[in-house]
Amino acid sequence: MSWADPFISALKANDVRLVTYVPDNVLTPLISAAAGDNYFISVGATREDEAVGTLAGAYMGGLRGVAMMQTSGFALIANALASLIVPYRIPALILVSERGTLGEFNIGQVTVSRTMRPVLDSIAIEHHTLTEEKTLPFILDKSIKQAFTTQNPVVFILSPLLTGGNPLAAAKLT
Amino acid sequence: MTAPTIDAASVKILNRVDLTKRLVARLAREEAVIAGIGNTNFDLYAAGHRAQNFYMLGSMGLACPIALGVALAQPERGVIVLEGDGSILMGLSCLTTIGMVAPPNLTIIIMDNGSYQITGKQPTATATTADIVAIARAAGIRNSHWARDESHFDALISRPFDREGPALLAAKIDAQPGTGQTVRDPPLIRHRFMRGLGTGRRSPLDE
Repeated sequence: MSWADPFISALKANDVRLVTYVPDNVLTPLISAAAGDNYFISVGATREDEAVGTLAGAYMGGLRGVAMMQTSGFALIANALASLIVPYRIPALILVSERGTLGEFNIGQVTVSRTMRPVLDSIAIEHHTLTEEKTLPFILDKSIKQAFTTQNPVVFILSPLLTGGNPLAAAKLT
Repeated sequence: MTAPTIDAASVKILNRVDLTKRLVARLAREEAVIAGIGNTNFDLYAAGHRAQNFYMLGSMGLACPIALGVALAQPERGVIVLEGDGSILMGLSCLTTIGMVAPPNLTIIIMDNGSYQITGKQPTATATTADIVAIARAAGIRNSHWARDESHFDALISRPFDREGPALLAAKIDAQPGTGQTVRDPPLIRHRFMRGLGTGRRSPLDE
């Protein structure tokens, strides 16, 4: 069992059926699990802000969704968050696979990852860094329910502590 | 259906207010209409508010992705998105996504005046070199057409919006500014739109 299983369970328990994403190595188990399950509608977006826009439209049409991306992709969505999700009060669920820390080999990823939490804090979006399987089901279920009840977005940051990080990284670190 | 290609340079210059009114007059099945930032949404509002209208106030370039989401959520409902040339150029990637996902109930209408009209009329790439219809076709939206004139636009929108898509219709338009002014209250816009789509919350406050 991987961290992806409780994630799929939490989505299903909360009627979240749209999965939209820009791919990432770490997210692959979740992307594959959703793609292979008829419960979900999977949409591979070309850019991360597209994924966020599609999620917003789907919510208004009555379909709950999650947008998944990597930290570098998160840096593309500041405007979508600040001028669409936050002002329109869309309960967007956003899952970010965290690169740039705990064994990163690419300096570009390191720098861009530093922008993520300050951006989220500056526009008062709740975020949780997921580090262990034990607390995962509680954090996911309660936060997803809170998002839809309060009509506010929530961002889940998938720490390498939980996922093991980018599987390709080890060979590139000296 | 693939109609003969019409050269963008050969089409008549139309008027956004007029085309928007023609579109709204055609809507008989509570189709959702998502209008992008700026003049497309001002003129949609000016054409007469409908409960199924969504007015985007920020997030330039995301009207089509928002419409894609609505179309996926409500596959029985026709969904139409109104965008300007500057906005669609900013988010061209969504055309490839829409081409790939191919929602049959999505129609994109591009109002192309070849300029960032609202910021000082700076030219966009469509003023000289880029062709939105050709781009859309190459992105996989085969059912993409320039409107030759008003009657051709009428013919193009005489389609079942809930099927046979995705489609993209584009019109070259004049430089007339937007004519309306949407209320700038995003939660209110969203709430009313969701009511129009049958997905809004009801509460004792509504009594």
